[in-house]
Amino acid sequence: MTPDALIFDAVRTPRGRGKPGGALHEVKPIQLVAGLMQALVERNPVDTAAIDDVVLGCVSAIGDQGGDVAKIASLYAGWDTDVAGVTLNRFCASGAEAVNLAAMKVRSGWEDLVVAGGFECMSRVPILSDGGPWALDPETNDRTGFMPQGIGADLIATLGGFTREELDAYAAASHHKAAAAWQRGAFGRSVLPVLDATGQTILAQDETIRPDTDVAGLAGLKPSFANLGGMGFNDVARAKYPEVAQIEHCHHAGNSSGLADGAALVLVGNEAQAKRWGWQPRARVVSTAVVGSEPTIMLTGPAPAARKALARAGLNAQDIDLWEINEAFASVVLRCQQELDIDPARVNVNGGAIAMGHPLGATGAMLIGTVLDELEARQQRYGLVCMCVGGGMGIATLIERLEG
Amino acid sequence: MKTLRIEPQGHGIVSVILDRPNEAYNLIDVTFAEDLARCLDELEAMPDLQGVLLRSAKKTFLAGGDLKLLSQVNDANGQDVLDLLTSFKHSQRRLEHLHKPVVACLTGTALGGGFELALACSRRFALADESLRFGLPEVSLGLLPAAGGVSRLVRMLGLEAALPLLTEGKVLTPKAADAQGLLDGCFASEDELLGAATAWIAEHPEVLAPWDQKGFKLPGGLPNSPRLAPMLSVAPAMIRQKTHGCLPAPVAVLAAAAEGASVDIEASFRIENRYFLPLAKGGVAKNLINSLFFQKNALQSGVNRPEGEAEPIHKVGIVGAGMMGAGIAWACASKGVEVVLLDVSQERAEQGKAYSTRLVEQRMAKGRLSEAEGEEILGRIHTTDDYQALADCDLVVEAVFENRALKAEVSQKVMAVLKPGALLASNTSTLPISSLAEAVPEPSRFFGLHFFSPVEKMPLVEIIRGKDSDEAGLARAYDLVQRLGKTPIVVNDGRGFFTSRVFGTYTYEGLAMLAEGIAPAKIENAAWLAGFPVGPLAVMDEVSLTLLQQVRDQTRADQQAEGQEVVERPGDRVLDRMLALQRTGRSAGAGFYDYPEGAKKRLWPGLLEALEQAPVEAPLADLKDRLLYVQALETVRILDEGVLNSVAEADIGSIFGLGYPAWTGGVLQFINQSGLSAFAARAQILAERYGSRFEPPASLIKRAASGEPFKDKNIMESNS
Repeated sequence: MTPDALIFDAVRTPRGRGKPGGALHEVKPIQLVAGLMQALVERNPVDTAAIDDVVLGCVSAIGDQGGDVAKIASLYAGWDTDVAGVTLNRFCASGAEAVNLAAMKVRSGWEDLVVAGGFECMSRVPILSDGGPWALDPETNDRTGFMPQGIGADLIATLGGFTREELDAYAAASHHKAAAAWQRGAFGRSVLPVLDATGQTILAQDETIRPDTDVAGLAGLKPSFANLGGMGFNDVARAKYPEVAQIEHCHHAGNSSGLADGAALVLVGNEAQAKRWGWQPRARVVSTAVVGSEPTIMLTGPAPAARKALARAGLNAQDIDLWEINEAFASVVLRCQQELDIDPARVNVNGGAIAMGHPLGATGAMLIGTVLDELEARQQRYGLVCMCVGGGMGIATLIERLEG
Repeated sequence: MKTLRIEPQGHGIVSVILDRPNEAYNLIDVTFAEDLARCLDELEAMPDLQGVLLRSAKKTFLAGGDLKLLSQVNDANGQDVLDLLTSFKHSQRRLEHLHKPVVACLTGTALGGGFELALACSRRFALADESLRFGLPEVSLGLLPAAGGVSRLVRMLGLEAALPLLTEGKVLTPKAADAQGLLDGCFASEDELLGAATAWIAEHPEVLAPWDQKGFKLPGGLPNSPRLAPMLSVAPAMIRQKTHGCLPAPVAVLAAAAEGASVDIEASFRIENRYFLPLAKGGVAKNLINSLFFQKNALQSGVNRPEGEAEPIHKVGIVGAGMMGAGIAWACASKGVEVVLLDVSQERAEQGKAYSTRLVEQRMAKGRLSEAEGEEILGRIHTTDDYQALADCDLVVEAVFENRALKAEVSQKVMAVLKPGALLASNTSTLPISSLAEAVPEPSRFFGLHFFSPVEKMPLVEIIRGKDSDEAGLARAYDLVQRLGKTPIVVNDGRGFFTSRVFGTYTYEGLAMLAEGIAPAKIENAAWLAGFPVGPLAVMDEVSLTLLQQVRDQTRADQQAEGQEVVERPGDRVLDRMLALQRTGRSAGAGFYDYPEGAKKRLWPGLLEALEQAPVEAPLADLKDRLLYVQALETVRILDEGVLNSVAEADIGSIFGLGYPAWTGGVLQFINQSGLSAFAARAQILAERYGSRFEPPASLIKRAASGEPFKDKNIMESNS
């Protein structure tokens, strides 16, 4: 029988502002990851030699983040040299992909215990600094109709008729929900403060939440992608979206995900490992999915990915108690919940990347931890994480909380 | 060696003189490539060679590639063309590998392949003659500078500076080329130039091309450098904004430049070849070379000029100082022609002149005109409300409203004062000239002279031959149009002549699409994606629906007067509805678009609803084809009716006057390039779906059957 992929624990760092001057800017990515690794095995005592693999997502795996940090961090953390490690890139879904892959490894029966997660220190290794032909090779760029994500988000808003006010209201709510979540300790189980070598706290809470955010305040922010659109990208969209008279540029720094630094880990294994180490499984991965979607608009993948994961699980959208739809941009969430006809009250109940930031390689793993914590808090059953992904993709992870 | 020779100059210096026999200019073909290779054999064998002066015995330095050859590249000869390129580039490398100073002595224009050869020289010294032109304009003919031009320009200037020159095909004067770093010096005379070149050779006994020097770094950094990467990620979109995705060359040039920048120069040469060949084999380059080179040059050289001795026109009278009259005044005065600008009052005439004042001020602000030049231009425009002031004009252009009675009245007043032999032309855009001529005392002196708006920008003038128009008069007008720096086409009389009639099919197709319930945005985007500069709805707003109405009313009245049946056209209903709503266009502040104060215009969201039309879906490909086909088909009918005299005038007229997309090579070349049978078959499908206006005319079906493309006998064209 196929073994279940069980989730034993999930931890993350608080998210720092992903620019020089952000609280985690002074922390090396490897320290961020290794710190979580050490904490994870402290919370879940284990002979690290039992860990088959470390699978970590990271988008810009160069410089401080280059050279397979997953393996090197395990050495840095003092884990057994038997542990392997791989760093992978599925753009913004890298952290979710790492967890999904870990689940597949376990369900295949070929590995027993896998640490999955991701990291990204955008203040140190800026987005796009790893280059890549999609944007930077002119022939590829032209042939594939490359368009920056923000313009895709604006196009989604235009097609969906989402107004600037609706997007801003959604963004303000993200801050309010995140602040409230911290207030009631919703993140207490998973978020581990980042400490320095002397034991001083560098960052204990997500740095960018502003509880006083309101629509009136956001209204003053200038659209971020109007200039780029006007330089020619709006015209790239015409061939694929000829029904659009003009793209309404309505996303800005306040209703888009913020640049962030952070890392997250999820401990995934089979029943035998639970017994061996005396762990209580908190959840099981029910199904996972990835899809490709139209690349120019780029960000419409969450709903089809969610549908694919639901179909594989034999469930429908109404069966899901809690949704985490990554807040890459406000319009992405609004479109996804509209497409799936889901109750907004079940979506991103503790805020999201608009309030707390989107450390690209880590976010997916963070969301899996967030939804698990909240399922436990509410004693609910199913949670689904879905994300839009660069290149025109979507990803989903469906988990079921297990009774303790 | 047939096309060049080596002449010793003493002191180990030789001149290599480009001198193609029996031709006015040098060009690059197989013979030239072979000669250049032999020339290098000789230079390499010279034990005491100190330096080389690369010169031309012609007025131009070296024109570039043989466009006749380049317009005929196909699967069969593609390898030969690559071999030619490779041979030419190999010789350029041998020139560099002499390690001796080689100075390109640019006493004449060097473009394309000619300038690429100059780039392989150690220095480029030019004559400071502002009529000379330098640069790599290949991209404007749908090609790319594959004879080393991309690779060397990028290495000389860096990507950031080289890319605009390469992707836009900019052609520069010596002054501008010097400022951009393409030249190493400009000299007042050939003697001075040669003296400086010889001195430079003496001072630099050993020369190594920068890209052959150890540790060579690309100026401005490699494509993946943090400074260039953001620019490169936007560059394809910036190009698409200009090309609408219809022209493949600019992105290919960009790609060849960026990819070539990261590898050694020999590899970069091979990358040039790989991006070049598909362009050369493709249809767009053939279309562009055909229309923008062969046809345009033929028309400009006067191949269709009416016959006759023609007294030059020195002084032009213009009646009507509205937008067209004011624009024609500028066109004349800015090219040294005296102008009398007449309107019903001195004040109105002055308002017309103010148009030129604004243009002068704009050009002075940009440094394109000196104050003295500006004053001189304005000094040529004499305003008046007195017809007597027209008496000594060589030509009077009537540019009053499209109203027969008014035009007749003006014509009579003009002819009453005009000196014997002087000409009268109407700037009407639609009214048949021969019918207007009925009101003119001497119809032989009368013809149509159709300028396009805005006159200062539009490069075409349509000359309309009335049934009584005198050929010599037309020839005089033809020469004047050329003097104004515009391209004349000469057509015979008929309602709407050529351009207005075809333009009408474009706007009416937009109306028809609306009448069917097709989303306005989709109509406008389909036009954009097909390559049109302005969508049919936007263009109607610009010219105003009132004008469309006037033209329609006049047409119907004339048809009724002639006992013809007045046919309702698909789209008339939309026009009526818009007129009823008083949404007549931009000047009314509302049309198919809204024109909010201080903001960009937007398509009127209530449009389809106001038309009481249920929205329908239509394939994008059909919408694009409808806009392209409807004009091509109308042109065939116009050709059949004898209004058009040549294929070239149809093609060039459509591109320059109507904004018909250049990638097609023009309205008739579009049919050739589509394949006559394929075009007719597609037209038949469109006719079944959208109406009989798409029925291929019998002449087209006949042509398709006999495989006879649209082609002028007297103009060399590319094989398509």
